[in-house]
Amino acid sequence: MSRQYKLVSCTINGKPVEKMVDVRASLTDMLRDDYRLTSVKKGCEVGECGACNVIINGECFNSCIYLAVWAQGKEILTLEGLAGPNGELSDIQQAFMDEAAVQCGFCSPGFIMSAVEILEEKRELSDEDIRKRMSGHLCRCTGYENIFRAVKKTMLKRLGKEKEAEAVTHCTLKV
Amino acid sequence: MYDIKALYEAESAEHAVRLLIEHPEAQIIAGGSDVLVQMREGRRAGKELVSIYGIDALRGVSYEADGAIRIGSLTSFSHITRDPIIQKHINVLGEAVDMVGGPQIRNIGTIGGNTCNGVTSADSASTLHAWDAIVEILGPEGIRRIPIHDFYIKAGTVDLRPGELQTALIIPKAAYEGYYGHYIKYAMRNAMDIATTGCSVNVKLSPDKKIMEDVRIAYGVAGPVPMRAPQAEEAAKGKPAEETYVKAFAQAVLEDIRPRDSWRASKAFRQHIAVVLAERALRKSIELAGGEIHEQTV
Ligand code: FES
Ligand code: FES
Repeated sequence: MSRQYKLVSCTINGKPVEKMVDVRASLTDMLRDDYRLTSVKKGCEVGECGACNVIINGECFNSCIYLAVWAQGKEILTLEGLAGPNGELSDIQQAFMDEAAVQCGFCSPGFIMSAVEILEEKRELSDEDIRKRMSGHLCRCTGYENIFRAVKKTMLKRLGKEKEAEAVTHCTLKV
Repeated sequence: MYDIKALYEAESAEHAVRLLIEHPEAQIIAGGSDVLVQMREGRRAGKELVSIYGIDALRGVSYEADGAIRIGSLTSFSHITRDPIIQKHINVLGEAVDMVGGPQIRNIGTIGGNTCNGVTSADSASTLHAWDAIVEILGPEGIRRIPIHDFYIKAGTVDLRPGELQTALIIPKAAYEGYYGHYIKYAMRNAMDIATTGCSVNVKLSPDKKIMEDVRIAYGVAGPVPMRAPQAEEAAKGKPAEETYVKAFAQAVLEDIRPRDSWRASKAFRQHIAVVLAERALRKSIELAGGEIHEQTV
């Protein structure tokens, strides 16, 4: 049968863009195939793992279960949009490296976008709240503690709490 | 790419009704966190879809003229949790839907989608049942409103006729004023899991906080559809907020519920959990209502 297309205009990483999109495409398909934003990973493609997570109008969504046509008029932020004008890493990306929160890296863009959503709120979350807000992601490598530390440290640093950030060291695991 | 035969995007609720009539085979897609996943699994592959996700008029929480709380069917779980009207009057609903899936799922998942799937494990279902929610439905003949209890027909089936879509969930003023409630989800994991049993209880205490003027309790996953426990409610109504009556109430739920054996949990285990959750949720509700549970004086 004849394929159905729709013109989708939106803002991606601050830039207004527009393309004809197959209505069957997920937002992951559109971001990867049409815009070459390959930080958006295809993990489970059923909304379970968070590897495809992006920020739409300030909120996190798994782009694999979001139709590309719904992006019409929206503001989308992917990991690529975090870097500075000369490709400098953002603080949260640097923190992921410093804390060894990245091993194979497949989950990292998704986790980092959830972290960005938290950081943008500019308030201090409890450990429990950070864990809860990051709970929509699976990581097969790191065991999560390093990721948790990277997020907490960056949150504290952005709030000007350098000393507290340095004090975040190892296992805060609650049993 | 999804295996979608054709996609029709509705611009308004009325437009959605027209599209559904024009394409009788089409299924409604709201946030898509269930429909798209089922499509991926092949269960709904090759179907036509009517997308209602773009209808902003179906989003948000507001008061109706008579003080009822109106929750647009497309309101996402996270927006319900953060909504000041919900926080003020039915905070327990915000807490319940804050336990659905993970954070990203709570941003895409809608309360309407959650109820229209007719799944009993939906975290919103028991609380909406326990608060006497009314379902608003728009169809070719106009608007109709029915109690949520009647909306659920059987497992996986709700009362939506050809050309109809759910537009809002309404909590009448009489159903929320003076009530305080608590929801407990029992599941194996905290995140990304569905409930083994979900129990929502609320209570209205007498002005002196000593008598339980009204008690309502509903379960998800205790039977084929979300259900109230009328015998337990009867057992507690008008009784003092005391240890004995709280316990008697919890025991009485066994006369109402029909849990089943499944790979998630056995029947005996579910019955046990149902009693424990009923008791805990009522205790918490009484506490939230400003009451104190007195040990019975012998
Ligand atoms: S790829 Fe989207 S959640 Fe796993
Ligand atoms: S670093 Fe490998 S999956 Fe997380």
